[in-house]
Parts: sequence; C-alpha cells; structure tokens
Amino acid sequence: MRKLFQGWSGDRIELTAMVAFLALSVLSFAAIAPNFLSVGIFRSMAFQLPELGLLTLAMFIPIIAGGLNLAVTFTANICGLAAAFIVQKFLLENGGLALPIALIVALLTGLVMGMLVGAMVAYVGAHPILVTLGAMIFLRGLGELLTRGGDISGMPPVFETIGHGTLLGVPNPMWIFLAAVVVCFYIMQFTKLGFSIHMVGSNPKATLFSGIDVNRVLVWVYGLSGALSGLAGFLMLARFNSVRVGHGESYLLITILACFLAGANPFGGFGRVLPLAVGLISLQVIASGMNLMGASQHLATAAWGGFLILVMILRAPFQSKT
Amino acid sequence: MPDYALRAQNVTQKFGAFVALEDVSFDLKVGEVHCLAGENGSGKSTLIKVINGVNTPEPGAQISFYDSAPAARVSPTDAKRHGVHVIWQDLALFPDLTVAENITFDSFIAAPFAPRGTAAKTDRAAQIITRLGVKLDPHAKLGDLSIAKRQLVAICRVLDANARIIFMDEPTASLTRKETQTLLDIVRKLSGDGISIVFVSHRLAEVLDVCERVTVLRDGAFVGSYPTEGMTQKRLSTLMTGLDLDEHPRDIENFGETAIEVRGLSRDAEYDDISFSVRRGEILGLTGLMGSGRTEIALSLFGMTQADQGAILIDGKPVNFRNSRAAIAAGIAYVSEDRLNLGLVQSQSIIKNTASTVLDDLAKPSFYLSPKRLRALCIDWIARLKTKVSDPRLPVSSLSGGNQQRIVLAKWLATNPKVLILDAPTVGVDVGAKAGIFEIVRELAAKGMAIILISDEASEIHTHTDRVLILRGGKVHKDLKPATVNEEALEEMINA
Repeated sequence: MRKLFQGWSGDRIELTAMVAFLALSVLSFAAIAPNFLSVGIFRSMAFQLPELGLLTLAMFIPIIAGGLNLAVTFTANICGLAAAFIVQKFLLENGGLALPIALIVALLTGLVMGMLVGAMVAYVGAHPILVTLGAMIFLRGLGELLTRGGDISGMPPVFETIGHGTLLGVPNPMWIFLAAVVVCFYIMQFTKLGFSIHMVGSNPKATLFSGIDVNRVLVWVYGLSGALSGLAGFLMLARFNSVRVGHGESYLLITILACFLAGANPFGGFGRVLPLAVGLISLQVIASGMNLMGASQHLATAAWGGFLILVMILRAPFQSKT
Repeated sequence: MPDYALRAQNVTQKFGAFVALEDVSFDLKVGEVHCLAGENGSGKSTLIKVINGVNTPEPGAQISFYDSAPAARVSPTDAKRHGVHVIWQDLALFPDLTVAENITFDSFIAAPFAPRGTAAKTDRAAQIITRLGVKLDPHAKLGDLSIAKRQLVAICRVLDANARIIFMDEPTASLTRKETQTLLDIVRKLSGDGISIVFVSHRLAEVLDVCERVTVLRDGAFVGSYPTEGMTQKRLSTLMTGLDLDEHPRDIENFGETAIEVRGLSRDAEYDDISFSVRRGEILGLTGLMGSGRTEIALSLFGMTQADQGAILIDGKPVNFRNSRAAIAAGIAYVSEDRLNLGLVQSQSIIKNTASTVLDDLAKPSFYLSPKRLRALCIDWIARLKTKVSDPRLPVSSLSGGNQQRIVLAKWLATNPKVLILDAPTVGVDVGAKAGIFEIVRELAAKGMAIILISDEASEIHTHTDRVLILRGGKVHKDLKPATVNEEALEEMINA
C-alpha cells in the first residue's frame, strides 16, 4: 500500500482518498437505487448539505489550531436569532435591505462571540474544550431564555430566494457553502493567518518563539469559526423561515467526525479544506442514498460512524507509529 | 570466571538496501566501562538492539556471553538470561508510579494483579538504593523528580532485574556538570561490583574520563577499539568523523561599533546587575552552570521576559521589548537551547519552519503568502548553510540534529539580525556537525554580526569567543578574554 503511493504527499493521498470514497458511494447507490442518479436527488442534497458544511468549516479551523469549538451550533442559533430580531424589529417593511442586513448581523454576531471565546483561550489559557463548552451551554441557556423555548418565525418573503432559490440550477445555499469553502481554502493555504494557524496547532510555544503573535492568531481562529457559524445560522433562518434554539444541535459531533474523516489531525497542525469539502459531500450522498432507499435515517448515522472507523483503519498503514 | 562478558564478531545488519552495520566486532570485559562512540546514524543503536535481542543480524554473526557458546543471533530470552539491560535516553519510566514501584516494575509485570506498593517491594527498592549509595525516597512520585534522579531510578530498576551488562544511551545529555560527576561515580562503583557497562555519549571529555576502552563506529563500519589511556578528544573526534578538525582560537582585535549594550540589568530571582556590550563582529561567551542566569538573560534580551531594572541599548538607543516580536524587529535573533520544543515546530515542514520568522516580509505587498516565495527562501538558505535536505516539504523532525540546527540558524538569519544569541547551539549535535555550525557562526561574525554564545562547554567557549562572562548565581563572576587562560583553567572557573 505504502509503495503504491510512494512520492505522493500526504495531502495528495488524503484528497485522492476522499474523491475515491465519494466516487465509490455515488457508484454504489447508483447501482442499488435505480433513481439515484437524478437531478432531483442532487438538488435536494445541495439544499441539505450547506448547513452541516458551514458548521464543519467552523469546527475545522479551531481543530487545525490545536483546539475545537463546541459552541458552533448554538452560536449559529444565536446569530440567526439576532438577525431575525433586527429584521422583525426594523426591517419588516423594507424587504430589499432585510437580507444583506440580516447577513451582516449574523456574521458580526458570530465574529464577536467567536473572538470573545478566542480571547478566553488565548489570554486566560484555558483549554478550548472548557471554554467552548462553557460558551455552548451559556448560549443555549441564553437562547432558550430569549425565545422561551419556542421559535421566532415570519421573515420577509425575500428570504425564500436564499433558502429555496437556485442560480444556474444550483441551490443558493450551495453557492454560499462553496464560497465559504473557497474563502477558507484561500485563508488556510495562502495567508499569514493560515500559515500561523498550522504552526500554532503543532506547537504554540515554538511558534511564539518565532515571533508570531499566537494570542492574536487564536482570537482570529475562533472569530472566523464564529463568523462561519453565523453564516450557517443565517442560512438556517433563510431555509426554515424561523429560528429555534437547538436547531442543528445534532450536527455538532458530526462536524467533528467530518473533520477527522477528511484527515484533520486530532492534535492540530494538519488538515486540508478540499478533502474536507469532498468528504462532506460523500457523507451527504450516503444519507440521501439511504433515504431514497427507504432506510431509516438512523441507519445513515450508523453508516457515517462506521465510515469514520473504516477510514481510520485504511489510513493506519500510512501513519508512522511513533 | 571468564574474562569477557560479551564477544560479538561479524555483526552485519541490513534494512532493505541500507547497511546499518557492516562486519562490526565488539567485546566487553567483565566489570569494564566501555564507550561506544560514533556520530548519529553510525550504527550504535542498531548494535545495541542486536545485542539485546530486538534486531536479528544477518547470518554469520558470532555472539557469545560469558562462557556460552557463540550464536548467530541473540534472542530476547538469551539477553534477559545473561542480564543484558539497556537504559535508553528517554528512560522509559512511569511518571505516575512511585520510585519503589518503578524500581520493582519488572517483578510487577510478572504478577500483574499483585497489590501495588507493598512494604516488601518498598524494602527491596530501598535495599537497591542503599547498595547504590544514592539518596532517593522510595515513596516519592517519579514525575516529581529531576532528570538526574530519574536516571538513578532507571539504574536501580535494571539492578533490581539483576543486570550484569548495562548499556547506557546518552545518560548525561540532560544532566548538569555536578550531576554528571555523581553519575560517573556510580558507573565506576558498578564496574567495581563486576557489572559491565557500555556508555554511549557525545561528550568526549567524560568518555575519556570514565571509560577504559572505546569502540568507534562510523557509518555502520567498525573503525576500531582503543584504550582510552593516551587517547585525546581531538583524536577521538577525528576517528568518529573521519575528518581532521582543526580549530584555532580566535585572535581578532578590531571590531565594529557597539551593537548591543546591557547596563545594570536585573530581574528578580533570575539575574542581578548584569552589564556588558557586544560590538559588531565580536563573539561574546556567556557561561556558567545551569541556573546561573545565562538563559534567563537571553530571554530578556529576546523580549520573552522583561527586566525589572537596567537598560538594553541597541546601536546606542535604549529599547524596551514588550514581546519577542519587538525584539525581532529591533534585530535580535535567539536560537533556543531547546530545539525540540522551542527552536522548531518539529512536525511542520522545513519550508514552514524556515519562513516562520519572516512572514511579514514574505507577504508583502498584500497579505498573500506565495508558496513559491516560501519555497525559494527555504531552498536559498538550505544552499547557503549547506544543509542536507532531501525534500523541503518534509517535517523538520526528519533531519539530523546538526541539520535541524542549520534550519534554526536559517530561520533567524532570514530576519537579517544585528545580534544573534546562540543558546547551547550544539546540544544533541554530532562532533562533525558541531564544527560546521561554528564555521557558520564565525563567518557571520566576520561579516559584522554581533554574537552572544551561551554554552557550558569550556572548549567551545575557549575556542570560539572573544570575551567571556562567567555567571554565578545570577551575577557576573568573571569577565575575561579566553585567550589569556588555558581551557582547563576556564573549565575550572565555570564549575568551581
């Protein structure tokens, strides 16, 4: 196995593996479910994937930085809530402005909440699990308090175009997700911040000794994570025309699973955006394919877990055991 | 009683096409202290693993213990029966167990469900400790002990397992001078008790001090076994490297302007009233025992800590570094003594490590960081510092100690510093590679860089500095020109 891929970089192997994995899942469902290869199925997948996808990106960046962000789902809820609140309070009459303002409010809310979390991680030095767990429980309580456990609904009709519209045949949420993938890919591969995130994830102390401002990097890491969560919150608001605290809660562990599936190092420092995007699509293919065959949704969840385990086993020969 | 504890002949070991050992002979007398010398990759560890039964050599080897018949390989059971034990550099102890539990661990494996830390075990451990004549609390948790004490625990552990042939891998690498002396005394005591000891060390001075014979390996080949009587450090390093390293002490008089000046610098509990200046082209030595304040001063010059009192002047202007970024911007570079944890991000690529100090320059004019520019920078420095790198995308941990240190130098030279602080730059670096590093350092000084060399090796300080400050208890104890004294006198002054 090792010999076959000699001379390949680890990144190239990961991406190839994810693409192979995607092709395999598409082909198997195409073989057993006759109506799988249809525009309708792919469109429905493209509507469902972006929320999980954005939340996974929000989880991915802190993982590369050697941490994680357990607050992604509730950050998304709170951001959606903030956007819905502003729209309902001030912009119900003015449909044209409602959309961009809701987007900006959601992004900014997420950015600020993320940066606060990042500042806690950086300057207090608490472990990201503790800080983000605290933030997660806090935001959940706050959200439930504000909404009294119910949901806020009734957005202007223009939100429909984002949530359910298509452009060039591709659902709008998918465009948003793809844009986020491109932005994240660019940041992680071609900017000082991305470079520093990888270094911090491997060894924050040595990174500090190289003159990189590790604290500032951490603030940005969680800031970006928050903003991506905010974008996911905005998308949920647009898709469901409502916000309920707790929506998407079950995605939390799946986002972590997707990161590791795509080869992110659990100890930080390594992982690529593109295998992550491809891996996510594969997960969606499995879920939609099983759904189409009338299998229980829970079976799909079980399949995801099984998949992660399988991938870990296949990956083992490529990792040195030191 | 036979004379020899171990005789090995015609030992060859191949890993695929790579020949790790070629026709090596090694013998060890009963009660002898024998040094196994050679640079990294010379085959020392492979030979040890053949003898303790981990590796199977190529057919044709003849290995015998005491008066047993020669065999073509050693099985782990044979090794155990003849009391062969290896204390690897990482010691392989259990930080969460007590000293007594660590010492008696091997009997613990034999009976996994026996209760922990019984009185009988503690007694047995205490007996071993007394036999060795050291101070160790059997009830102390191993994780709370210093490296030197852990080393003693590791020795007690192999004694408890009835060791008769002990291999010690770099046992003094992280010990202070005084701790090293204690350890060497214990080694002599064990050899007096008829235990044979094989000592693997980079520190040639102590090798010549404690060992009776030395066997030298180079690139897997057997160079020879020599008595240490009459052997010099210089000859031994020539045997190990195959190079005739000729280093002259520095003799330079005219330097440039003062690059960095320190006036009355003090920091609570670290250093007190330190003053010195370094001119362009000058190499200042900063030496003293561990805890004398040498590294602490460097950390303040580098902005990692702040002095309570006193002033730092760069090119005559007072500076006040709030963090390392400010120090780097002012032209200070710091090569840390801890290459593994602070000097390099070991798991990341050689390219990333080289570029990590100059991101702001590389990202100009926008925030776009071009992979091509990163790579070009790295390739350029690899060539300039003659670093052996097969692929700059590999993790920096794939390089040898000497080449890693060249990457550390590269990442700091890329910042074009005025003042280069080298903190123990040759720790874990081979004899040959050491010479290479100092060649670079002296060249940098010749081009006008001010250099501060921190080291506790008297020979390095003596050969490579123009002036030396000997620190003791955080204060300047002596300030002298090394050329005015001989190396032994300098060594005496550092350790007194």
